[in-house]
Amino acid sequence: MSESAISIEKLGKRYRIGHQKATDEGMRHILEGAIRHPIAWFKSRRDARVREVDFWALRDVSIEIKQGEVVGIIGRNGAGKSTLLKILSRITVPTEGRFRIDGRVASLLEVGTGFHQELTGRENIYLNGAILGMTRAEISRRFDEIVAFSEIEEFLDTPVKRYSSGMYVRLAFAVAAHLEPEILIVDEVLAVGDSAFQKKCLGKMGNFAQSGRTVLFVSHNLDAVRNLCQRAIWFKGGKVHQDGQVDEVAESYFTEISSNLDFSCENPDYGLAIQRVSLRNSRSEETSQFHPGEDLIVDIDYLANQRIEQPHVILAVFGINGSCFTANMLLDGCRPEVLNGAGRISCRFKAIPLLPQNYSIRMSIRTKNADMIIEYQEVAHFSIVGNLADYGYRGAFLSRSSTSTPVVVPYEWSLPDGTTSEVSLTHPPQLESDESLKLARQ
Amino acid sequence: MTQLTVEAGRTERQYWRDLWRYRELFYFLAWRDLLVRYKQTFVGVSWSLIRPLLTMVVLTVVFGKLGKMPSGGSPYPLLVFCGMLPWQFFSTALSESGNSLVSNSSLISKVYFPRLIIAASSVITSFVDFLISAGFLVVLMLWYRYVPPTAVFLLPLFVLLAVAASLGFGFWIAALMVEYRDFRFIVPFIVQFGLYLSPVGFQSSVVPGRFQLLYSLNPMVGIIDGFRWCLLGTRSKIFPLALAVCVVEVAAVLVSGIIYFRKTERTFADVI
Repeated sequence: MSESAISIEKLGKRYRIGHQKATDEGMRHILEGAIRHPIAWFKSRRDARVREVDFWALRDVSIEIKQGEVVGIIGRNGAGKSTLLKILSRITVPTEGRFRIDGRVASLLEVGTGFHQELTGRENIYLNGAILGMTRAEISRRFDEIVAFSEIEEFLDTPVKRYSSGMYVRLAFAVAAHLEPEILIVDEVLAVGDSAFQKKCLGKMGNFAQSGRTVLFVSHNLDAVRNLCQRAIWFKGGKVHQDGQVDEVAESYFTEISSNLDFSCENPDYGLAIQRVSLRNSRSEETSQFHPGEDLIVDIDYLANQRIEQPHVILAVFGINGSCFTANMLLDGCRPEVLNGAGRISCRFKAIPLLPQNYSIRMSIRTKNADMIIEYQEVAHFSIVGNLADYGYRGAFLSRSSTSTPVVVPYEWSLPDGTTSEVSLTHPPQLESDESLKLARQ
Repeated sequence: MTQLTVEAGRTERQYWRDLWRYRELFYFLAWRDLLVRYKQTFVGVSWSLIRPLLTMVVLTVVFGKLGKMPSGGSPYPLLVFCGMLPWQFFSTALSESGNSLVSNSSLISKVYFPRLIIAASSVITSFVDFLISAGFLVVLMLWYRYVPPTAVFLLPLFVLLAVAASLGFGFWIAALMVEYRDFRFIVPFIVQFGLYLSPVGFQSSVVPGRFQLLYSLNPMVGIIDGFRWCLLGTRSKIFPLALAVCVVEVAAVLVSGIIYFRKTERTFADVI
C-alpha cells in the first residue's frame, strides 16, 4: 500500500499565447501589403510572432501519490488541474520536470470522447473501448456488464445521435468505468447526468478505490470530493496551493471561493490597470451571495495612466453550461467618452433570473476599434442561494435544479383543464434575510 | 506491472511498443470510417463504384476519343482504369489522412494513443475502396476477354509502393495540417492537378523522351506505369529509371514523414 503509484517532480507546462491585436484585415488587404511593401510586411508578420507571451499553466509541481490513494484535485478554472491531468494522461508533453507512473492508467477527461453520432450504442461501446485502450476481447468480455450499468438495453441498436443527453453520458461512463485499470484519472465528468446516475458513478469509483486502486479525481463538486477522497490537493495559479487531508483542504478552499476573488490586472501598453472588481447587492452590501431575483451590481475600479478614448467594457455571467447573459458595450454603445485617472464603472444586472448554483463573471475591455486591452477572463465569482420553494417551485425533482440550465425567463403554463400557472424567479419573496441565507448555506 | 516515465524534452521509448499495444485501434478507426461513410446515402456503397466508373468514362472520351491518344493496343477504358486504380487510391488516401488529425481533434485533445494510428487508418479506409475498384477491374477484364500477363504476380509489389507513397505523403500533410490549415486548400489542388500531371488518362510514353526523366520525378508515374505493366503486359512500357526514381522518392518521403510526424506529434494537443 505504501508504494508510490504516481510520482511527479517539478513538473511544468508552458503555453505561448499570442497577444495578437484583433485584426479585421482581409486576405486582399494582406496580399496588397505583401506586394506593395514586401519588407515591411515581412517584418510585421515576424513581429506578430514575437508578441507571443509565455504562460505557465503549471509550474514546479511535485506530488507523490501512493498506491490505493484516492486524491481529489480542486481549484478554480485555469488553475492548472486539467493541464496536470493532460500531462499525466500523455496527451501533451511537459515543458520541464518529469513524472513516473506505475501501473496501467485509464483517464477519462471527457465523457464520450470518440463517440460517433451516427453509430449505434453497441458499435460505440466497441469503438470507445478501443480508443480508451481496451482490446476487442476485453470489451466483449465486459459487454454485458457495460450495458447493464448504462441502463440502455433497449436502445443498444439505435444511433447515439437519437439518445437523450442522460443516456449518452450513462453509456459513455459505463464504458470507461469498466476499463479496470490500476490507476484511474477522472476529470470533471460527473457534472453532467442526473443525480441518481451521479451517485451510481461515484459508487463505482468508490468500489474502485476500495479494491486498492489509485484514483485521481478532479471536481468542482466539493461534496463528491469529500465523500470519495481521503486527500485533496488544491491548485492555484498553476501551483500546489495546499495538499493534505480532504476536510481541511476542502474547508479552506470553500472559504476562499465563497469570498470574492481579488482580481486585478493591467495592460502597460495602454496604461490601464483594473484595481478591483467587486459585487454588491441592491442594498449596496458587498457580497458574493445573491438570491434569485435580486439585483447584482458589478463595480470595476480602474486606473488609467493614459487617456483611453471610448473604450468598450464587456461583462458576461457564466454558469455551469457556459455563458448566461452579457452586458456588452460593443453592442449597446453605452461606452464612456474617455477614461483618465482613477474611476469606477458599474453595471447593474436587474432582477437576475438565475437558479441557485455557482456562477462566475468574466470581463474584457477593448479599445474604440475593438482591439484587446484587457483579455477576456474571470474577474469574480458569486453564488445564488435560496430556497426555490419560496418562489413557488414545487416539483418532485426539485433537487435536480442544481444541474438545470441556470437562466429562468419568466414563463406561464396553460394546462388542458384551463388552469394557468406563472413561474418566475424575478421577484424575490420577502426575505428573513439572515435565516434563509443560513438555510441556503447548509 | 507496466511502468511509465516521462521526462520533459526526451522522446518516449515506449512509443513503438504502444503502437503495437493499440494495434486494434487501427482496425476500429478504419471500421468506424467505413461504417459512417455511407450512412444516410441512398445508393450506399455503390458510390465507391460509381465514382471510378464515371471518371473512367470521362477520361476515355476526353483522352481516347477526342484527344486520340495512343492506347498501345489495349482497349482504352482498360488502360484508363489501370491508371485510375492507383491514382484514386493515392488521392483519396492523401485527402483523408491529411484531414484525419484535424477532424479527430476532439480525440487528440482528450485521449492518448500513438497519433500515427489515425493517419494510417484513414489510408486503410481508402484501401477498401481500392479493393472494390480492383474487383471491378476484374469484371472489366472479363468483359474485354483480356488475359493479364504473368507479370500480374508482381502487382502486390506495386500496391505496396502505392500504400507506402500514400502513407508517406499522408503523414506529412496530416502533421502540417495541424498547424497550417493552408493545406486544407492545397490538397484538393494537388489532387486536381495530379490527375492531369500523372499518366492517368494517357500513357506516360506520350511524353517526349527528353522530358521523360523530369516527368518521372512525379512518383505516381512509376507506380501507374508499374500497374499497367503488370496488368496489361509489355505493350505498356515501363521505364526502369523512372521506377528507380519513384522507389527512392517514396522511401525518402515515408521515412521523413514518420520522423516529422513523430517530432510534431508531441505538441498536437496544444496546437490543434
